[in-house]
Amino acid sequence: MSIEIRNIRKNFGSFSALNDVSLDVPSGELVALLGPSGCGKTTLLRIIAGLETPDSGSIHFHGEDATARQVRDREVGFVFQHYALFRHMTVFENVAFGLRVRPKETRPSDAEIKRRVHELLELVQLDWLADRYPPQLSGGQRQRIALARALAVEPKVLLLDEPFGALDAKVRKELRRWLRRLHDELHITSIFVTHDQEEALEVADRVVVINKGRIEQVGSPQEVYDHPSSPFVYQFLGNVNQFQSHIHQGEAKIGDVGVKIDAHHETQNCAALAFVRPHDIEVFKERQGDKPVFEAVVSYIHAIGPLVRLELKRADQEELIEAELTQVRFRELGLVQGEHVFVYPRNVRVFLDKSA
Amino acid sequence: MAKQKNVLPGFNLSLGYTLLYLSLIVLIPLSAAFIKTTELSFNEFWAVVTAPRVLASYKLTFGASLLAALINAVFGLLTAWVLVRYRFPGKKIIDALVDLPFALPTAVAGIALTAVYAGNGWIGSWLEPHGIKVAFTPLGVIIALTFIGLPFVVRTVQPVLEDLEAETEEAAASLGANRWQTFTKIIFPAIWPALLTGFALAFARAIGEYGSVIFIAGNVPFVSEITPLIIITKLEQYEYASATAVAVVMLVISFLLLFAINGLQWWSNRHVSAVR
Repeated sequence: MSIEIRNIRKNFGSFSALNDVSLDVPSGELVALLGPSGCGKTTLLRIIAGLETPDSGSIHFHGEDATARQVRDREVGFVFQHYALFRHMTVFENVAFGLRVRPKETRPSDAEIKRRVHELLELVQLDWLADRYPPQLSGGQRQRIALARALAVEPKVLLLDEPFGALDAKVRKELRRWLRRLHDELHITSIFVTHDQEEALEVADRVVVINKGRIEQVGSPQEVYDHPSSPFVYQFLGNVNQFQSHIHQGEAKIGDVGVKIDAHHETQNCAALAFVRPHDIEVFKERQGDKPVFEAVVSYIHAIGPLVRLELKRADQEELIEAELTQVRFRELGLVQGEHVFVYPRNVRVFLDKSA
Repeated sequence: MAKQKNVLPGFNLSLGYTLLYLSLIVLIPLSAAFIKTTELSFNEFWAVVTAPRVLASYKLTFGASLLAALINAVFGLLTAWVLVRYRFPGKKIIDALVDLPFALPTAVAGIALTAVYAGNGWIGSWLEPHGIKVAFTPLGVIIALTFIGLPFVVRTVQPVLEDLEAETEEAAASLGANRWQTFTKIIFPAIWPALLTGFALAFARAIGEYGSVIFIAGNVPFVSEITPLIIITKLEQYEYASATAVAVVMLVISFLLLFAINGLQWWSNRHVSAVR
């Protein structure tokens, strides 16, 4: 089922949680709402679920206005960050709850409920826990039970609020791959909220980046990572080096170094912010012909893992540059701390500073 | 039993202190009642504790206490719900009012209730034309016992309601449960143990209540005479042994009832306590 969100506004007192948000979620997609905490992403999710009412704007499910529909009539499955399992019920009864509360005419028989619940517990690979109580389970198991419970009512939309937020790193990774596989099996329109860019980029079909109650960018993980539409998105998705610069006719001046860029050819002497990802920084021991390079000193080396992280101090000012090299390249160079090097920014992205 | 390492040591000391304390304050005075009773032969004892007037008083005391505790369970739950779930002006004052029956001398409560519910009182004069007599009847006893038991249910249920995750209710709603189902299947099971505790406390308190009841009850033998009053009457007539005999019967019944409630509580709590 597709979801259309139109001009949603929501204020909490004087705080504006959502400011004119519109978004289309096509049927069957897995969408991530990504943003820092307090950006309004959870509020948006709760408004879609009907747990919160917007001050203005509307929500349409499959073209039908659902803004005034009650939570229980929206046919959404909601998975809470802290699972919200019913602790006085067994795992089996938790999953069966949504079926048991149906009115008599549509309630499946006991045998049917039993079959469906066991099917779902098998789907989340926890059939052997059916008789346990939620407090006896680990965090990852609880999260999967919460998911099975939400799926039991055959929702048209699955909404997940920071589904892996409270889990440790390893379980988190496992579980998000598992969620991706599950989505590929079930093809149910799903929206999940996260503040973890890695999670969003790995799992989702599309990423919606939200900041301060507004949508900054919508796109595939590749699009938003490679072509961020604003400085915020650039900074939020992964590490980045930020430079103050001046743009003049297609050239960005960063300190004394002029870097040609493929945009802003008509701009005359305008202040701008230049961004370079650490893996787009090349490090050399000698000057490379006429390549625009910064002179810098290696101030710190972190060589654990597949990538070597370098902290480089620019010679022309006190600013630090972060660079990531492969182990192979690092050994080739044979860098040591305090060494003098030349730094070439391979891929510079510039945003004009409108405030200046 | 293996000795357990604990962050806070002192199991032996604290248990010893607890036993000594319980002995001095509870066990020794109570066993004195039993010992005094043995001055009577069994036939004498049986004759005293099964006298028709005494039997009628048991019925009133335990019956009225049970009804009062049930009324408190319902309305105490409602009060706790209102205090936890809603914000309204004067909430703090109402919250403080709940404790008043704890603080007020029970005799004051009794006199006040009698004044209000007597045939010429504010409420009594309004009820009497409809044929409802409150003061000097068992109904009056129930009202007095309800008054003094109110805080127990409110104060035991309130913190549990406050701890209840709003998310579990939202989860129930998103799974299609209506409000009634959410209350009966999600909220009520969570607060049930606390409600039972509050009920037991209110019930126990009502059984032992004396001061507030004797004014409003009128103490008509066979009609509105409670067991504690019978004990006092016997004491005033210097029949110490028969007074303690009635006391012992009350004690045993109360203990059995509370024990049963505790058992019920343990049973309904078994999942929660099985954890970790």
